[in-house]
Amino acid sequence: MYVSLNWLKQYVDIDNISPEDLAEKITRSGIEVESIERVAPESTNVFVGYVESCEQHPNADKLNLCQINVGTETYQIICGAPNIAQGQKIAAALPGARLPGGVKIKKAKLRGVESHGMVCSLQELGIDEKFVPKDVADGIFVFPEDTEVGTPVAELLNLDDVILELGLTPNRADAMSMLGVAYEVAAILDKEVKQPEESYQTSDSKAADLVSVKVEDGELNPYYGAFVIEDVTIGASPLWMRNYLMAAGIRPINNVVDITNYALLVYGQPLHAFDYDKVATKEIVVRTAKQGERIQTLDDQERTLKGDEIVITNGTEPIALAGVMGGANSEVSDDTKTILLEAAYFDARAIRRSSKHHNLRSEASARYEKGIDPNRVKRAGAYAARLLAEYADGKIAQGVVEFDELDRKEKQVKIDTASVNNRLGTTISDEEIASILTRLQFGFEQDNSEFIVSVPTRRGDISLFEDMLEEIARIYGYDNIPYTLPQGEAFAGKLTTKQYLKRQLKQYLQGAGLMETITYSLTSKARTEMLVSPDVKEQAVYPVALKMPMSEEHSHLRLSIIPELVDTLSYNVARKQENLGYFEFGRVFLSKEEQITEQPNETARLAGALTGTWMEQPWQQEKKPVDFYVAKGIVEGIFAQLDLEPVFQQAQVDGYHPGRTATVSHNDRVVGVVGQLHPTVQKAFDLKETYVFDLDIAYLIDQYEEVPSFRTIPRHPSVTRDIALVVSEAVHAGDIQRTIRESGGNLVQQVQIFDVYQGEHMEAGKKSIAFTVLYQDPTRTLTDEEVEASYNSIIENVKTKHDAELRS
Amino acid sequence: MREKLEALQAEAIEKVQQADNLQSLQDVRVAYLGKKGPITEVLRGMGKLSPEERPVIGELANKVREAIATALDNKKSLLEEAALNEQLQKEAIDVTLPGRPVKTGGPHLLTSIIEEVEDLFLGMGFEIKEGPEVETDYFNFEALNLPQDHPARDMQDSFYVTDHLLLRTQTSPVQARTMREYDGNKAIKMICPGIVYRRDTDDATHSHQFTQIEGLLVDKHVRMSDLKGVLLEFSRKLFGSDREIRLRPSFFPFTEPSVEVDVTCKVCDGKGCNVCKHTGWIEILGAGMVHSNVLRMSGYDPEEYSGFAFGMGVERIAMLKYGVDDIRHFYTNDVRFLSQYHKA
Ligand SMILES: [Zn+2]
Repeated sequence: MYVSLNWLKQYVDIDNISPEDLAEKITRSGIEVESIERVAPESTNVFVGYVESCEQHPNADKLNLCQINVGTETYQIICGAPNIAQGQKIAAALPGARLPGGVKIKKAKLRGVESHGMVCSLQELGIDEKFVPKDVADGIFVFPEDTEVGTPVAELLNLDDVILELGLTPNRADAMSMLGVAYEVAAILDKEVKQPEESYQTSDSKAADLVSVKVEDGELNPYYGAFVIEDVTIGASPLWMRNYLMAAGIRPINNVVDITNYALLVYGQPLHAFDYDKVATKEIVVRTAKQGERIQTLDDQERTLKGDEIVITNGTEPIALAGVMGGANSEVSDDTKTILLEAAYFDARAIRRSSKHHNLRSEASARYEKGIDPNRVKRAGAYAARLLAEYADGKIAQGVVEFDELDRKEKQVKIDTASVNNRLGTTISDEEIASILTRLQFGFEQDNSEFIVSVPTRRGDISLFEDMLEEIARIYGYDNIPYTLPQGEAFAGKLTTKQYLKRQLKQYLQGAGLMETITYSLTSKARTEMLVSPDVKEQAVYPVALKMPMSEEHSHLRLSIIPELVDTLSYNVARKQENLGYFEFGRVFLSKEEQITEQPNETARLAGALTGTWMEQPWQQEKKPVDFYVAKGIVEGIFAQLDLEPVFQQAQVDGYHPGRTATVSHNDRVVGVVGQLHPTVQKAFDLKETYVFDLDIAYLIDQYEEVPSFRTIPRHPSVTRDIALVVSEAVHAGDIQRTIRESGGNLVQQVQIFDVYQGEHMEAGKKSIAFTVLYQDPTRTLTDEEVEASYNSIIENVKTKHDAELRS
Repeated sequence: MREKLEALQAEAIEKVQQADNLQSLQDVRVAYLGKKGPITEVLRGMGKLSPEERPVIGELANKVREAIATALDNKKSLLEEAALNEQLQKEAIDVTLPGRPVKTGGPHLLTSIIEEVEDLFLGMGFEIKEGPEVETDYFNFEALNLPQDHPARDMQDSFYVTDHLLLRTQTSPVQARTMREYDGNKAIKMICPGIVYRRDTDDATHSHQFTQIEGLLVDKHVRMSDLKGVLLEFSRKLFGSDREIRLRPSFFPFTEPSVEVDVTCKVCDGKGCNVCKHTGWIEILGAGMVHSNVLRMSGYDPEEYSGFAFGMGVERIAMLKYGVDDIRHFYTNDVRFLSQYHKA
């Protein structure tokens, strides 16, 4: 909402406050002033001039040589505007004048002839192109004939005005009118509101003889009032009205349209003027549209109606899309003689639906859909009729033809001083509350500290105690509310174990050299189909699709973080950042249904991606690229943080290198994957060797035992035995390790691999793996015999299970 | 014999002094103190002495042996120290060569801010809650006093998944969920950080995905002044102890009164600059007293309980605190961006 302060002055006294101070006060008490704009602060030394003569420039076809009288003197000015003519009154910028945009007017020679100024268009005087009336958009502005020569133009064109732009929250529809803003400012400054003059003289005609009104649904249209104004003359509206419309961001059209818009801005009440003669049937029937019915609206669009819009008809066909826009078939034109003026109240939801469905927003619909003041409907109509009589020479017929089931009662809200203070933490007195209510111009009955407030109908947003509480608080001033701390029982805040573990895991990964990322949850359909961890895949899940995505790129919720991490690597590698390690602790969204009806399972995953060099010390010629074991080591570390034991098993996983990938399991449940990306995937993302891991961290965190049982610190020495085996190269070290552990008996505490060898001195197709087995019993010293027995059992088992030989 | 012993001592000590390495010193030790050495020989020849002479010579022989041994030990220490010094000299390295780099990772800037805010509120006795990102329209809107026809429920502003499920547009549904969980009869002090989504085209100031932190306190006798007190403490801890806050009236369907909260601009100290659009203030969060409809719908009796809620955009806080100029940086994860915000 744009508020012209010159206009506002007519309704409330703001003479003794600067625009900046006023804006600040308005902002601090409830409505944000988004900008303070001066129309044309620099337009000085520009006066109304009379074009005494206008001849063609001797040396230029398209220029005119004009003698312009500005009252005291006559100036020779060269003007290129096509619409300049002798006898006009125009805006003459004289030498020394400053125009918006830093233009300085100086005496100059144009094609050998002197020019002492410039004849200005509205745009040149600082009026926004958008709002300039179409008939003067392409040339200079011509003043009405009765304008006094020599008058400073700034005054006439309202160039000294200041416009406040209000950012209205949805509850403050009341401030979508000059009167609404006047009430707000009056409350803030403790002033009166001056009401516009709405009385008028009538002719001998009776409106009821000229038109009938029928409304089919009083819920959708509780009030419809038809005024008839005869014998109008269509022309330009008065300059001051055009100025205010332009200030409010509305382009002037003609006196009738301008007057309905002007009254709309004053009252916040949409009005519509029909050409009475075009409503051939002389009747108005308001009904819901029929499906498929058509209407051409004033914006020249042919619209097919859905069937639940309210339409104004002439009994047979629609002549307006109610509350949104009029129809072309009843439009006011230059030869319109009689106006049928509509002042109506339509159901907000119906108008919102209609406006949304037709994607058509107007000044009218913007107000109807937020709710208008039932007590201003008829007043606004009367005011517009009065202006039509005054500025379009109309004759107002007696009476208003009405349908009226409108509820105009004020709501009652009970408040009491103690409740107000209890909720705000203040010590406001009964008198202060009474004074605030008075400033708001809310009626009330007071019984000591109890108030029954009658809320004016312009404030449709107020119906509850807290609505009133907010009114009192904002006028009292939020700055005046003290700072206190909650009185409730104080209890210490603490991270839950899961929250703590999440932080600890992130810290571990950062310590391990990985950088945390946060990537988008919304991804493409294609990406939901790639690099999904086996444990997710085996749950037979579907990605969640958006109904109306903004782009294919962000159309589905992810099933895996890996594609986003890989994409992040790719982005960075393309920017010459080649040695990268990333992790993300984020959600994936797993739906059990192909056509989702229920909330999906949102579960936390911990994923990582690494590429390039992992460790480098150039001058020592050390350079270690990322490999499988780096990624696996990080995964092992994650398990260690949770005091859990991972099991890795070679696996074939889509999108992964078939020989360098393992599933990660815990207690026989697959919980994720670690491995190298398949070279084709690497290539698709322009990556070199890249390793990733992806874990069901939500499950793993659940397995963490919060209070592990105490383990005795061993007092008795441990015994170690090394076992070097030769096996076929196809045998996995982890499998042998498991066999050793399982066959060694319960004295085996640890089995570590300390050497793997393949090559020279080894038979082809064979490799040697060496293990250290650690034996311990915390309660006693072990005997050679029992260690020997265990060792023998191990050897026997690895021989049979893995075809292993002891290395000599 | 006495003369002989004394001569031996002088001779041995002379040799000890001359030894210039541990081996030659060891040779001296063997030569004089060894089993075949001259002192042993002297002692062996004691039998020929008279009983009176025997203890005297014996004592002298021991003294001589001790003197030689002491000289040997001293010289050994000297030689060992010299050898060590020589060894250390050889081990010297160029300390000006670069160290071996330790690969360091770091938290995402948004995580840093979230954890900082979490810690501030944990300190004030708040707990941390979470909620689903694919939310029902009931919890995202209705339970927050945004009924069916409310303009904010526009399909254009949200990512719907079905007619009744959408990507949450705010973390506020966690308020309603928490109240429900607490059965309408317990005090609540919680904050909820989380990802939210809006139908915005990504640009320097808009992101279809962003992060909010929501806070809720419900108890008997909660006042708006308590909200001011808690937010002042929070703002000062986050932005600096000399900050002031101010409340401006605003509108959120689930709170009333509703306010926007500004903190004094740190760039200009409240004097006015480009960052704060010459107001001296920077908006950091929205807040208000929990609407009675919201309390009632979630099982709390508004006659008995009241509360306040607040919400902030984490990206916005990060942008203000660290001067980040484009919200897309948070989701591009350019390593050169991420590594700027490592905590040392
Ligand atoms: Zn500033």
